[in-house]
Amino acid sequence: MDSLIVAVVHRTLVAGTPLLLGTLGEIVTERAGILNLGVEGMMAVGAVSAFTTTFVTGSILLGVLVAIAAGTFLSLIHAFVSVTLKANQVVSGLALVMFGLGLSGLWGKSFIGTPLPTRVHDLKIPLLGNVPYIGKMFFHQDPFLYVAVILGVVFWFGLAHTRCGIVIRSVGESPAASESQGINVSLVQYLSTMIGGALAGLAGAHLSLSYSRAWAEGMTGGRGWIVIALTIFALWNPLRAYLGAFLFGGIFVLQYLLQPLGIPPNILGMLPYLITLMVLVIAVIGKDARRHAAPAMLGEPYLGGEG
Amino acid sequence: MIGITKTFGNVIANRDINLQVEAGEILGLLGENGAGKTTLMNIVYGLYRPDSGAIKINGKPVSLSSPAHAMAQGIGMVHQHFKLIQNHTVLENIALGYKDAPFLFPTRKVAHDLRRLQENYGLEINPDVYVWQLSAGEQQRVEILKALFRGADLLILDEPTSVLTPQEAQGLFRTLSRLASEGHSVIFISHKLDEVLSICNRVTVLRHGQVVGTKDTAGVDKRELARMMVGREILFDLKRKDVKKGGVVLEVQGLHVNNDRGLTSVSDVSFDIKAGEIFGIAGVSGNGQQELVEALTGLRPIDSGQILVNGRDISRASPYTINAMGVSHIPEERIKFGTAPSLAIFENAVLKQHGNRAFSGRLFLDFASIKEHAKRIVSNFKVRTPSIDVPVRTLSGGNIQKLILGREISGKPSLLIASHPTYGLDVGATQYIRSQILQLREKSVAVLLISEDLEELVELCDRIAVMFKGKIMGIVAREDLNLEHIGLMMTGSHARSACEAGK
Amino acid sequence: MNWRVKVERRVSYPRFFPTVVLLFSLLGGFVLIGLLFLISHVNPLFALWKIFSGSFGSLYGITETITKAIPLILIGSGLALVFRAKFWNIGAEGQLLIGAIFAGYVALNLGPKLPFYVIVPLMFVAGFIGGALWALPTVILKLRLNVNEVISTLMLNYIAAELLNFLITGPWKGKTQMGFPYTDDFPHSAVLSVVPGTRIHLVTLCLALLFAFALFIMVYYTRFGYELRVTGDNPDAARYAGIDFMKVTLIMMIISGGVAGIAGVGEVAGIHHHLSYPSSISSGYGYTAIIVAWLAKLNPLLTILSGLFFAGIVVGGDAIQVSLGLPAATVQIFNGILLFSLIMGDYFLNHRVKLVVREAP
Repeated sequence: MDSLIVAVVHRTLVAGTPLLLGTLGEIVTERAGILNLGVEGMMAVGAVSAFTTTFVTGSILLGVLVAIAAGTFLSLIHAFVSVTLKANQVVSGLALVMFGLGLSGLWGKSFIGTPLPTRVHDLKIPLLGNVPYIGKMFFHQDPFLYVAVILGVVFWFGLAHTRCGIVIRSVGESPAASESQGINVSLVQYLSTMIGGALAGLAGAHLSLSYSRAWAEGMTGGRGWIVIALTIFALWNPLRAYLGAFLFGGIFVLQYLLQPLGIPPNILGMLPYLITLMVLVIAVIGKDARRHAAPAMLGEPYLGGEG
Repeated sequence: MIGITKTFGNVIANRDINLQVEAGEILGLLGENGAGKTTLMNIVYGLYRPDSGAIKINGKPVSLSSPAHAMAQGIGMVHQHFKLIQNHTVLENIALGYKDAPFLFPTRKVAHDLRRLQENYGLEINPDVYVWQLSAGEQQRVEILKALFRGADLLILDEPTSVLTPQEAQGLFRTLSRLASEGHSVIFISHKLDEVLSICNRVTVLRHGQVVGTKDTAGVDKRELARMMVGREILFDLKRKDVKKGGVVLEVQGLHVNNDRGLTSVSDVSFDIKAGEIFGIAGVSGNGQQELVEALTGLRPIDSGQILVNGRDISRASPYTINAMGVSHIPEERIKFGTAPSLAIFENAVLKQHGNRAFSGRLFLDFASIKEHAKRIVSNFKVRTPSIDVPVRTLSGGNIQKLILGREISGKPSLLIASHPTYGLDVGATQYIRSQILQLREKSVAVLLISEDLEELVELCDRIAVMFKGKIMGIVAREDLNLEHIGLMMTGSHARSACEAGK
Repeated sequence: MNWRVKVERRVSYPRFFPTVVLLFSLLGGFVLIGLLFLISHVNPLFALWKIFSGSFGSLYGITETITKAIPLILIGSGLALVFRAKFWNIGAEGQLLIGAIFAGYVALNLGPKLPFYVIVPLMFVAGFIGGALWALPTVILKLRLNVNEVISTLMLNYIAAELLNFLITGPWKGKTQMGFPYTDDFPHSAVLSVVPGTRIHLVTLCLALLFAFALFIMVYYTRFGYELRVTGDNPDAARYAGIDFMKVTLIMMIISGGVAGIAGVGEVAGIHHHLSYPSSISSGYGYTAIIVAWLAKLNPLLTILSGLFFAGIVVGGDAIQVSLGLPAATVQIFNGILLFSLIMGDYFLNHRVKLVVREAP
C-alpha cells in the first residue's frame, strides 16, 4: 500500500510536468498580451522532433534542444502574425495547431512503434533522495520535473520582482502606456511568445522522451488545450500553475487507478476534459476581479501610434 | 536665456511650424481640435517623425526617434488620456522603463528616489497605491512625477484640465508655477482660452496645422485669441429664446444604483425635467453620472427608486422599450457605444430603432425605408460623407457625432439624454451641436445634459445639478449661477455651507 | 541612405481587390506547401498535380469531392454565423458526433418499425437537436460564467468522441458486426439514397445548399442577422442598442450546433450506415470547416464554393496519401498553411506596404 502511494505521487508529478512547463510558457506569453492557442501544435512538434533527433543521434540532450528550437520557431510564426501583422490571434493560434499537428504526424510516421534506444533516467538528488518515502516521491525523479519546478520559481520571481517582469506585465496591461515610456512593445511580445514556444517544445520533448518513450500520433492528447485552461486557472501566476499542473497530473494517474473498478475506460477518458471545464468555472467564481483578472489587453492587437 | 527651438514642416498635420520655448516659462499652445497641437507634441516626444525640419534643444540639433530618446533629452509628456497602467501601483508605473533601476527589486530604489522628488515639488502621492484607486487629479500627479523622475526639463501637458475639478485645476496651476520657478519649461496645450490666459506667459496659436501667431498673454484678450484660433469672430452667446416650459417629462425619485462592483454609485437621487427645459448635471466624471445615465436608458438595473417618463414607470424596462417611449441617448464615448464601425452608415442610422415597424417587418429589414431615413439624416445634419454605403469608421469624429445626434433627434424624442456631447469636437462642430440642443428646447423636448464643461452647461442649461459621489449636492437655477459655488459643490461641499463660506 | 518599410492602413479599395488578394493568398499558400514537399523529398509539382487530379480530374474524384463538401458546407455556413459574432465555436466536431449519435438512436430503435418518409426527417430533426444541445452549455458557460468558449467547445469535442467510443464498444455494440466496434447497420428505411454510382447522399446535399442560402439571407437581410453583425462588430454598441446578447448567442449557436448535427446524420445515414469510430465518421470536418468559413469571409453563401475547394483538398490529400505514402495528418498541414496564407493576405488587404528610401538627416 505504501509503495502504491509512493508510485502514485511519483507518477502524478511526472504526468504534471509537461503541463507545468507548457503553462509556465503560456503564462509569460499571455502576460505580455499575446494569446497563443497553438500550444497543442507546438507541443506536438516538440515531441516529434525530440524523438526523431534522439532516435537518430542517440543523444537525449540534443533531442531536447531541437525540440526547444522547434517550438520556438513555430511560436515565431504566431508572433509574426499576431504582433507584426496584427491579425486575429485566435485564428492564428488555431492555424498553428493544425500546422503543428499535421507536421508532427508527417515526420513521426516512420517512427511509429519503434522504441527509443536510450532512456531518460530518474535523477537522484544526493542525501534528500535517500529519505524514505518522500525521497522516492520527490527527489528521485524525472529531470524534466526538476527543470520545471525551478523554472516555475524563476518565472514567478522574474515576473514579480524584476525589471523584466514589470516590463512584460506592463506590455500586457497597456502597450500604449509602455510604449510611451520607451518600451519596445513588439520586441517584448515577440520574446514572450518565443519563451512560450520554447517551453511548449520542451514539454513535448518530455512527453516523447520520458513520459512515454515512444511515438504515437496524437500523443499530446489535448494537453496543449489543458495548458491554456490551466493558464487561466493559475490566474497568470506561476506559483498557482503548480497547483493546476499537478492536479491534472493526478487526474491522468487516476484514470489508470480507476480502471480495475469496472468503470468503462471511455468514461474515464472523459475525465481530464470534464475537469478542465470545471477548472475554468472555478477559476472565475469568487475572485477579486481586478487583482486576478487577465492582462487587460490580452489578445488585442496593439495598433500602435497615437490616436 | 536657454531655450528650445523647433523648426519644421510636416505636410499633413503640421505645416512649417516654428516654435520656441524658454527655460522657466510656461508656453500655451492653443488651437481647436484637429489644429495639429497633439501631432506637434507627439513629434517632440518622439512618437512621430517629422517629414522635414529640425528640433534643437539648448541650441543643439537633436533627432528624436523614440520616446526613450526624447526622455533622455529631458522632454517629458503628460498625455490627455493618461498612459498609466491601472492595475499596477504608482511605484511600478514610475519604475517602468527606468534605466537606472536595478534588475532585482527595482521598485525599492525607485521608492527611495521618488520620496526626494516628492519633497522637492510638493506632489504628495502614496506610492504603494494601485492607480485605479486614485482620482483623476492624483493620477495626473503621478504622470507629472513620472516625467520629472526621468529628468524632464521640458514638460508638455496635453489638455490637462479636461478631467479636473476647478479646485484640482488650481492645484495643477500651482504646481506648474513652482516647476517654472525651478527652471523647468512647460508647454500647456489647451483649447480653453481662460486657462491659457491665466497660467501661461506666452501663447502660440495653431490653426489648420499652421502657426497663426505668438503673443504674450499679458497683452492679449480672449476675443483676439479666439479669432486667431478660428479665423472668424466667435459668438460667445448663442441666441436663447424664452421658452414656456411644459409638463414634467422625466421624473426621478429616490434613485439608488450600484456600479459593477456592487458599491453604491447613485445615492438617493431625485429630480425632474419639464418639456422645453435643459437640465444639466455637472461634476467630475466618476461621481455616478455614467451609472445614472445607464439606469435611465435601461442599461443598468436599479437598486431602488423610480424613474417615470411621461408618467410611465420605466425602472425595469429594457433599452429597447425605453427608446420606443421617446427617450433618445447620445452616449459618452460615441464611437465606442454609438456605432458599429464596420457596418455601413445606413445600417448605423437605425441602430436602436432597427426593430421599429417602419424599418423592419417581423423578420426582414426594409432596406428602402432605412436608406431613406439615412439619407435624410445625412442631409439634415450636414454629415460629410461620399455615400451612405460606406462603413461608419471612415467618417471623422465630428461627423460621427452629427450622425448619432441626427439619429437620436430624428426619432422625435420627448427626452434627450446627452452625455458629454461635444467632448473632443472642434469649435465648429461644438457650436453646431449646442445650437441643435437649444433648438430642441424650443420644440418642447426635455434635455438632460451631462457635461464636464462648465462653460457649456452655463451656456445651455436652465437648471444645473451638481453630482458628487453619487449624490446631488444642489440644483442651481440659471439666474442664481455662481461658478465658484458650483466648483465647490463638485468637490463635495454642500450647497448651503458653500454659500455661507462664500459670504 | 537609410530605408524603412512604411505601412499605412488602406482606407478604401476597388471592389475586385479582395478577390484578387484571396487568389494570391491561396497561390502563396500552395507555394509554401510545395516547399514543404520539397523538404520532405517529394516532387512538389507531382504532389500538387496528384492532389488536383485526385479531386477534380476524374468523375470519381469529383463525386467524392462533392460528397466531402456536404458536411463542410453545412458546418461552414453555421460557423460563418457564429464567427461573425466573434463566438469561436471550435466544437463543431463534437456537435457532429452527437448529431450522429442521436440519429443512430432513432435509426436503430425506430427504423425497423417506420417507413423511410417518417424515419429520415426524424433522423435529421434528432440530429439537429443533438448538435444544438451539445452547443448550448458552452453559451451558458460563456455568458454567465465568462468561460472561454474555445476551450469549452473543444473539451466537448473530446468528451463527445469518448462518448461515441463508449457506445460503440459497450451498450450499442452491434451483434452482427463480427466483433468490430460498430453498431448494427441501420435498417433500410434509415439509409439515405445516393446518386447512383456515387456516394453523394442527395438529401443532405440539398439540405446543405438550402442552409447555405437560408443563412445567407438571414445574415444580411433579417433583423436577427443585423443584430448578429452588430454584436460581432461592436458588443458595446449592441448593448447600447438594446440587443439581447443571450438571445442572439443562443439562437446562433443552436443553429451552428444543429447544422453540425445534421452533417453528422448525413455521414452516418448516407455513407457509413452505422455508427463507428469518431475518426471514421468525421475526418476533422469540424476543424476544416473553420477554414472553409474563414475563406468564405464568413459569408454563408460563399461556403458552398470554399467548401468544395477544401473538399477537393481533402480528397486530393487522400489521393497522395495512397500514392505517396504520406500520413493522413498531412492534410492538416495544408489546412494550417492555407489558413496562415489567408490571414497574411488579409493584412495586405487592409494595409499598403511601401518601401521608403530616405536621405540621412
